[in-house]
Amino acid sequence: METEFTPLASTIGGILIGTASVLLMLTLGRIMGATGILAGFFSPASREDFYWRAAILAGMVTGPLVYFALMGQMPAVEVPISTPMLLIGGFIVGIGVTYGSGCTSGHGVCGMARLSPRSISAVATFMLFTGLTVFVIRHVIGA
Amino acid sequence: MRIIVAYLIGIVFGLGISISGMANPAKVLNFFDVAGTWDPSLIFVMGGAVVVTFLGYRFVLKRPMPIFDRQFLLPGSNVIDLKLLGGSAVFGIGWGIAGFCPGGALPALGTGRIEVVLFTIALVAGIFAARALMHFRRPTAPTQA
Repeated sequence: METEFTPLASTIGGILIGTASVLLMLTLGRIMGATGILAGFFSPASREDFYWRAAILAGMVTGPLVYFALMGQMPAVEVPISTPMLLIGGFIVGIGVTYGSGCTSGHGVCGMARLSPRSISAVATFMLFTGLTVFVIRHVIGA
Repeated sequence: MRIIVAYLIGIVFGLGISISGMANPAKVLNFFDVAGTWDPSLIFVMGGAVVVTFLGYRFVLKRPMPIFDRQFLLPGSNVIDLKLLGGSAVFGIGWGIAGFCPGGALPALGTGRIEVVLFTIALVAGIFAARALMHFRRPTAPTQA
């Protein structure tokens, strides 16, 4: 499935993601990592801790609705794989980000921005394995 | 106040994900498909986000503390071990299969699409499975070492 190359929209989106990361550190002193925020939501350290996590997750879910208000349509969500593969992939992602202590937002944006050697090695590892997995699925297995 | 601020920051993040294309598995997977239907857009997402965060953190972290909390909570560990690299490799495999990462999927829930809901349920199940596995293994760790 072809997708359109969108350098401008993607840069603007990236700037907003970065802005959110900076604002979260400025206000609450936290890393903007989806994995960490979600994991802590299910086992918050305190009631206060639960509230800000619930609020930021609610805000994230509101994001596409704001997009809809601005653009007149929902952001594209095209899933080029079967439901069983989606579920297996999701489960594997959950295991990986828990052991790896982060994902694209925590390690990929915040950790890289802090020039953390830990995050840089995590990002290099998952990018490599994502690329290999896509290559194997699409060009070796040919799915 | 903390709750309002967190909600607004969530919206900025969710809007950014929506505009960037990170909520779209087809686009994410195409970024990695250099040998096929390559779409390099995501390098612009990462570039924009990392540059802004890099510059912003330099100013923010000069402050003695955040505005609504007493301290900055930064990851203290510098250990690059098998847990980090193995976990990241496993994450990469799952991301390559599904095309959603947690940061892309959570905002995408707002589109109401059933695929995103299913992915997120599987993601949370994976997080709990990994935790259970860690708890199960921990007591045996000293004898292995």
